Amino acid sequence: MSEQEWPLYEVFIRSRGGLSHRHAGSVHAPDDQMALDHARDTYTRRSEGVSIWVVRSDQLVASDPAETASFFEPAEDKIYRHPTFYDIPDGVENL
Amino acid sequence: MTPEQALTAYVLRLGDNALVLGQRMVELVAAHPELEEELANANFALDYIGQARMFYAYAAEREGAGRSEDDMAYLRPEHEFRNLLLVEQANGHFGDTIVRQVLFDLYYQSLLQALANCSDARLAEIAARAGKEVRYHLRHAANWLVRLGDGTDESHARVQQSLRDLWRYTGEMFAADELDAIVQASFDGPNLDAIETDWRRALADIIDEATLTMPEEQSMAKGGKQGIHTEQFGYLLAELQNLPRTYPGATW
Repeated sequence: MSEQEWPLYEVFIRSRGGLSHRHAGSVHAPDDQMALDHARDTYTRRSEGVSIWVVRSDQLVASDPAETASFFEPAEDKIYRHPTFYDIPDGVENL
Repeated sequence: MTPEQALTAYVLRLGDNALVLGQRMVELVAAHPELEEELANANFALDYIGQARMFYAYAAEREGAGRSEDDMAYLRPEHEFRNLLLVEQANGHFGDTIVRQVLFDLYYQSLLQALANCSDARLAEIAARAGKEVRYHLRHAANWLVRLGDGTDESHARVQQSLRDLWRYTGEMFAADELDAIVQASFDGPNLDAIETDWRRALADIIDEATLTMPEEQSMAKGGKQGIHTEQFGYLLAELQNLPRTYPGATW
């Protein structure tokens, strides 16, 4: 008998129409279709979703934690990238 | 038997099918090799037990003899259970379980679909609700059957044998008895001949995709609908009823 483990899939759930899919967790599954079944049975038991995406974890391209310094730190002192230097006219509620 | 009495007995029988299958699946809780499949099985088992509750509660109400849904499940002797022999068959190995689920769910889904259009409003509502659950169970079990059949030589041979072993319990599903006939005639209920035609066609598609072959015709077992069960049913019922019979009226 094969002792090989099923591949890992990342699960993304849209909780209701209009919202984006958010990462919910991961499941093991023998193939794509079963991954969708497993995601449904594992993460939407309490009406958490209206749509599911699954993707094999080894197909995700992720940033390298060792590169954190060059990836993210340069943005930390660029406060001009935040839209905080505008005077908001009275009466504008959503900007 | 009046049509009203027949409908009550018919609803009770639907409850028996759901409860016994649910109880069989409960035996597998904490026994699955994969966590995801474990969750799926337990979810499905609870779906069937939930359906049994709805059927039993309605049957008890119709009967009007002061019995509750619990009395129906826990205090009836073996010969009063009218579930199909197929649903009481032991879980066996994973392939046996999957084949049993496909054979039954394929029939059950068509039956519920027909019942959702019957003239008894309450039964139609229960059937419509249960139908949604069963459609997913069927999808999941059929997905597995295709993977096992079209998997390794070992898994292919095993599920082919499961099909052969369980085939003799399929005839009973479509053998209409008095209750089936009355419910069809008086309440616009399911036509079992039509359901059998659909069942064979849909099953042939799944079996084909799974690279399996339809089992050869053989003599069919029957008796479940008359309360004559296979030996293993007694053990299932003993486990199910042990607590309420040992401590009558126990609550938690």
